[in-house]
Amino acid sequence: MSVGETEPRTGTIKAVPVRHPGRWVAAVAVAVLAAMLVNNLITNEAYNWAEQLKYLFSPPVLEGVRNTIWLTVAAMAGGVALGIVLALMRLSANPLLRGAAWLYIWVFRGTPLLTQLLIWGNIGALFPTIGLGIPFGPEFVSAQASALYSAAAAAALGLIFNEAAYMAEIVRGGIQSVDAGQQEAASALGLTRAQTLRRIVLPQAMRVIAPPTGNEAISMLKNTSLVMAVPYFELTFAVQNIYSHTYQIIPMLVMACLWYLFLSSLMMIGQHYLERHYGKGYAR
Amino acid sequence: MSETTNAPLDMAAEGLMVKAERVCKNFGHVEVLKGIDLEVRQGEVMCVVGPSGSGKSTFLRCINHLEKIDAGRLWVDGHLVGYRQRGDKLYELREREVSAQRRDIGMVFQRFNLFPHMTALQNVMEAPMLVKGEGKDAAKARAEQLLERVGLSDRMGNYPSQLSGGQQQRVAIARALAMQPKLMLFDEPTSALDPELVGEVLDVMRDLAREGMTMVVVTHEMGFAREVGDSLVFMDGGVVVEQGAPREVLANPQHARTQAFLSKVL
Ligand SMILES: Nc1ncnc2c1ncn2[C@@H]1O[C@H](COP(=O)(O)OP(=O)(O)OP(=O)(O)O)[C@@H](O)[C@H]1O
Ligand SMILES: [Mg+2]
Repeated sequence: MSVGETEPRTGTIKAVPVRHPGRWVAAVAVAVLAAMLVNNLITNEAYNWAEQLKYLFSPPVLEGVRNTIWLTVAAMAGGVALGIVLALMRLSANPLLRGAAWLYIWVFRGTPLLTQLLIWGNIGALFPTIGLGIPFGPEFVSAQASALYSAAAAAALGLIFNEAAYMAEIVRGGIQSVDAGQQEAASALGLTRAQTLRRIVLPQAMRVIAPPTGNEAISMLKNTSLVMAVPYFELTFAVQNIYSHTYQIIPMLVMACLWYLFLSSLMMIGQHYLERHYGKGYAR
Repeated sequence: MSETTNAPLDMAAEGLMVKAERVCKNFGHVEVLKGIDLEVRQGEVMCVVGPSGSGKSTFLRCINHLEKIDAGRLWVDGHLVGYRQRGDKLYELREREVSAQRRDIGMVFQRFNLFPHMTALQNVMEAPMLVKGEGKDAAKARAEQLLERVGLSDRMGNYPSQLSGGQQQRVAIARALAMQPKLMLFDEPTSALDPELVGEVLDVMRDLAREGMTMVVVTHEMGFAREVGDSLVFMDGGVVVEQGAPREVLANPQHARTQAFLSKVL
C-alpha cells in the first residue's frame, strides 16, 4: 500500500492552486478602461454636472418623472390584465375566441410600438365620433372623440394594447407550464374551472410568469419615452424641452439616463422579492 | 320541474354505491372501455387489477366524470354521473353540477398531484374552504385532525417538495378525505413510491377500509387486495374478464388471461 508519500492521507490537503493568468489580463484591461471612463466623467466639461444638478429636481423634470412612473404602472397593470384575458382566449376551447386572440397578438406584435403610438395620437382621424348604440344600427349617445381622448389616455392605451400582446404569450406559457395533474386534482376535489384557475393554476404559473414580467416592466419604463409620439409629456420629453432653449443637450440626456437608472434599479429590487414570493414551495 | 326523473334508481335500497352498465369510452378511434358492467356495494373495497393499457385508470376517471363516457350508464350514490335524465332524453350537467357531484368522490393519484405552492395543511384546507365555503378555523381544525390521522402531525407546515413520496401520498389522502367523500378512488397510489414507503400508505388505506369507506382501488399490490379487498376485478382490453372474492380469483383464476397476468405479477 505504501506509495512513498510523506504526509498521512487523512491530513488537510495543501495543494498548489491552478493559476489563472487570463483573469489577470482581464482585470488589468477592465481597470484601465474604468480609469479612462472615470477620468472622462471628471475632466470632460461637456457633461456639465452643475447644469445637471440644477435641473435634476426642477418642476418640469419631476413632472416628467411622475408621468413616466404612472405610465409604466398603468401600462403594466392594464397589459397584464388584458394579457391574461387574451391568454385564456388563446387556450379556450372556442375556436372563435382562439382566432380573435391570435389575430390581436399578430397585429400588435407585428407592428412597431412607435408607429402604434403615432396612430393613437391621431385616433380622432380614424374614429371622429364615439357613440353607444346598436352595431350598424342607431346610436343613443355620441361624442366627439377629441373630447373623450386626452393625450394621457392615448399614451396609456397605446402602451397597454401593445404590452397585452406580449403579456398574453408570457401568461400562456406560464399556464401551460403547470402540470395537467394539478387541474385534474382540483377538478376531482370539486373546484370549478374558475376556482382552479385562480387558486391552483395561476399561482403556480406565476413562478414562470414573474421573471419575464419583471423584464417587461423594466422595458416598459424605457418604452414610455416613446409616447412623445402621441405626443404626451414624460421624462425624455421634459429634458428635450429644457435643452431646446438651454442647448445643454448632453447634460440633460445624461441626467435623464440617471433618472431611468434609478427607477429601473428600484424595479429590479421589487422583481427580486416578487420572484422569491412566487418561488415558495419550490426551494430545495 | 316535477317531470324530472333523475336516475330513478334506488341504489340505496340495494346498498349500492356505484353501478356501471355497459360503459364504453373511446379516445378517437380507439375503444378503451368496451362495455363495463360493475357494481360496488356501500362499504365495499373493490380492487382492480390488469395489465397496462387495459383501461383501469380510464374507468376510475369516468366514475367522477373526469372523462365523459360514450355509451352505457354510470350511477354513483343513486345519481347518474354527468347527466340528468328526463323521460328518454339525457341532458349534460352544467359545470357547477358536475363539480357538486365530484365533491362526494375522493380521488388519489399515482403521482400525488399535491398543490406545490401550498403547505400540507393548506393543501388539505383548500377544497373545504373553496367548495363548501367552510370557515378558516373549522377547515384548519379538521385538516389538522386528518393529517394527524395519517401520521403527519409534525409535517403540516411543510411544502410537498419537502416531503417524501409516502408522506406526500398520505397528505393527498387527507386532502381527499377533507371533503368527507362517500366514495374514494385510488389510482395506483403506491406505484410511484420507493418500496420501503409503500407500507405506510397501505396502512392508511387499510384503516380507511376498516372504518367502512367505500373504495375502488387500482393496484398492483396483490397482498393488499387479498387482505383488505372485498372483491377483485381483473380487467383486460377494456372489459372485465373476471371478478370475485380476492382469495379465490388469486388462488384459482378461471380465465386464461387472468392466469397469464397473475403468473407474471405474483
Ligand atoms: N387522454 C387520452 N387520449 C388518448 N388515449 C388515451 C388517453 N388516456 C388513455 N388513453 C389510452 O387508453 C388506454 C387505456 O389507458 P388507461 O390509462 O386507462 O390504462 P391503465 O389500465 O390505467 O394502464 P396503466 O396500468 O398503465 O396505468 C391506453 O391505451 C391509453 O393509451
Ligand atoms: Mg393507469
